[in-house]
Amino acid sequence: MIKIKKLKVSVEEKDILKGINLEIPKGEVHAIMGRNGSGKSTLANALAGNEKFEVKSGSIYMNDVDITEMSAENRALSGIFVCFQYPVAIPGVSMAYFLRAAINAHFEHQGKEEMDAVEFLNKSKKILSELNLDDSFLKRSINDGFSGGEKKKSEILQLLSLNPKFAILDETDSGLDIDALKTVADGVNKFNSKDNSTLIITHYERLLEYIKPDVVHVMIDGKIKKSGDMSLAQEVEKKGYSWLLK
Amino acid sequence: MIDKNQKIIDKNLDQKYKYGFTTNVEQIKFEPGLDEEVIKKLSKIKNEPKWLLNWRLKAYKNWKKMKEPTWANIHYEPIDYQALSYYAAPKVKSRKSLDEVDPEILDTYNKLGISLDEQKKLEGVAVDAVFDSVSITTTFKDELAKHGVLFCSFSEAVIEYPDLVKKYLGSVIPYTDNYFAALNSAVFSDGSFVYIPKNVKCPLELSTYFRINASNTGQFERTLIIADEGSEVSYLEGCTAPMRDENQLHAACVELIAHENATIKYSTIQNWYAGNKDGKGGIYNFVTKRGKCAGDRSKISWTQVETGSAITWKYPSVIMQGDDSIGEFYSVAVTKNKQQADTGTKMIHIGKNTKSTIISKGISAGEGQNTYRGGVKILKNAENARNFSQCDSILIGDKCGAHTFPYIDVKNQTAKMEHEASTSSIGEDQLFYCNQRGINLDDAVSMIVNGFCKEVFEELPMEFAVEAKQLIEVTLENSVG
Repeated sequence: MIKIKKLKVSVEEKDILKGINLEIPKGEVHAIMGRNGSGKSTLANALAGNEKFEVKSGSIYMNDVDITEMSAENRALSGIFVCFQYPVAIPGVSMAYFLRAAINAHFEHQGKEEMDAVEFLNKSKKILSELNLDDSFLKRSINDGFSGGEKKKSEILQLLSLNPKFAILDETDSGLDIDALKTVADGVNKFNSKDNSTLIITHYERLLEYIKPDVVHVMIDGKIKKSGDMSLAQEVEKKGYSWLLK
Repeated sequence: MIDKNQKIIDKNLDQKYKYGFTTNVEQIKFEPGLDEEVIKKLSKIKNEPKWLLNWRLKAYKNWKKMKEPTWANIHYEPIDYQALSYYAAPKVKSRKSLDEVDPEILDTYNKLGISLDEQKKLEGVAVDAVFDSVSITTTFKDELAKHGVLFCSFSEAVIEYPDLVKKYLGSVIPYTDNYFAALNSAVFSDGSFVYIPKNVKCPLELSTYFRINASNTGQFERTLIIADEGSEVSYLEGCTAPMRDENQLHAACVELIAHENATIKYSTIQNWYAGNKDGKGGIYNFVTKRGKCAGDRSKISWTQVETGSAITWKYPSVIMQGDDSIGEFYSVAVTKNKQQADTGTKMIHIGKNTKSTIISKGISAGEGQNTYRGGVKILKNAENARNFSQCDSILIGDKCGAHTFPYIDVKNQTAKMEHEASTSSIGEDQLFYCNQRGINLDDAVSMIVNGFCKEVFEELPMEFAVEAKQLIEVTLENSVG
C-alpha cells in the first residue's frame, strides 16, 4: 500500500526527517512511537502533502505510484486521510456542509453521482451514534469551540464517512479520557480491514492496547531506530526511549 | 506556498464580470456640464413643481460652497464634475405598459435575471427598474395598492403624492449634510418611493434594480421609504453596470423613516462594475444612506453585501430618536484587485433604551483595501442605550489591507458598549485541512469566506441570501492558488 524510501523532509530549512524507510502493506496496522520532536507529525504532514513540509529527497509510493509530487487534494482523493492532532476550526461552516462537500468531492473523483441529503443524513447519524455524539453535532461549525474529545471524534466521523485506503492517526489519543479513548479506538477498529492500512502515531502505548498494531516502529531524531511487534511498544512504555539512543 | 499563491492570485483575480454588457438603445442625454440651467432643464423634463426646483437650486448653491471630503481611506484622481452628463434616459413614450418599453431594455433586465413581466415574477417580489436616470417600470403596483402600499418611481411620487414627498424629502438627509448628498439633492433624477400605511405588513418584498448603461454619465438616484405606525416592509436594491474604461460616478441618497412600532429592513446587493485588474474603470460609489427611527419601538435594519465598485464610500446609519428603538447594520464588503472600500455605519442614540448592533465583515483579496469606519454616538438623554459592534476582517494573499476606525462618543453614563474586532488571514491551515479532505482550493475559499459571512447572510431575505452567496463565490473564484 504505502512505501516510503529514504525520505528527507525539512520545515523552514530545518531538517526533521533524516531518511525514513517504511513499508506498510495492505491490511496492516503500523504504529510509530517517539518522543516529542522526533519527527512523527512531520511524517504525517509529509505523507498528506502539506506544502509547509518540504521533501528534500526520497520518495513516497502509494500502490506503486510515486506520489511525492502530488498535491494534497489529489492525495486525499487517492485515499490518504489524516486524523489531525489539532484540526483547525472553520467558523460558520457546519460539520454537515463540510462533510458532505468532502464526500461529494471523493464521489466526483470516483465518477459517482453526488450523495443525496437523505442518504448522507442517515449514514452520518449512524456513525454519530457509534461515536456517542448527538445528531446536532452536524449543525455545529467545524471544530469551532469543540472540546478536545469532540475534535478527535469529529476526525473519526470523517474517517468513517470517507473510508480511505490509508489512514494516518496523528496523536489521536492525546487529551482523551478513558471512555472517549475507547470510543475512538472502536471507531478505528471498525475502519480497519484487510483492504486498507493504518499508521498510528503516538507517544504512549495506551492506544495500542485497544488498536492492536501488526508492527511497531520507534522513531528517534528523524529516523526509524527500531521496529518490532507489540512487545516493543510495551518495552518502550516500561523503559522509556533513552535505552534506544545508545 | 505564499509566493506560489500570490502568482496565481495575480493571474486569476481578473475575473470576468458577467453583467458588463452594454445595451444599445436610443437615448436622450444632456451635454456634459452642471449649472443652474441644467438643473432647471432636468426639473422641467420631469414636470416638477416649483418647490422642488427651488429645493434643488438651494442644494446646488450649497454644494458649490462645499469641498469634496478627503478624510476617507480612499485614493482617486479628482472627479471633473463638469465633464459628466447629468441626465441620460432611453427614449420611451410612456411607462404605462411594458409593451411600450424598448425590447432591448427588457432584454437587459432578463439578462440580469430580473423579470419585469409579472407573469414570470420572482415569487413575492415587486420590482422598480431604474435604467440610467429614469425608472422603466414598477411591477405589482396594483396588487400593492390593494393594501394601500405606495410603490413607484420617485418622479411619479413627486407628481402623484407631492405632500408626502414634500414632508419627508431631506428630513433625514438635508442637502447640507455632505458634499455628495448636496450634489444628489441638486441633480437626482429618479429612484424609488415607498409608503406603507398604518398597521400594514407589506405583502411583497419590494426591490429596486439600478442599472447604469450610458457612458460618461453620473447616476444620482434618490430613494425615500416611509413606514407609518405599526407597519413593516422589507426592501432590496441591486446594482450593476457595464464594463467601461472610464470611471463613472454614482451618488445616491436613501432616506428611511420608521414611525412608532414600524420596522424597515433594507438590504443591498451592490455589484457595480469594479474596474479591471489594473484598476482601470469601475464605478465610484459615493452614497449617503440614513434611517430615522422617529417613533418609539421602531426598528431600522441595514444589510449590505458590497462586492462591486472601484471605490465604495458608504455609511448606512440609523438615528434612534424614539424610545426603545433599534438600529442594525450588517455588512459584508469584498475588495479585490485595486478596489477600495471605506464603509461602515453611524448609530446615533437619542431615545431611551435604544439598542444598536453592528456586524461588519471585510474581505480583502489581491491589492484590495477594505476600511471599516463606524461611529456610535450616545447622546445625553439616551438612558440605558446599548451597542454591540463586531468588526472582522479576513485577508486573502499578502498585498491587500484591512483597516478599522471605530469612533465612540458617549454622553450618558448608563450606556453599555461592547466592541469586538478581529483580523485574520485566510488560513493556510484551513485550506490544507479542506484539501486533505479532497476539497479543492476554490471550493475551500468560498466555503471559508461564506462561513465568515454567515451572520450577515442570515439577515438577507431568502432569495437574496442565495444570490449573495453565489456572488461571493464568483467574485473570489481563483483568488488563491
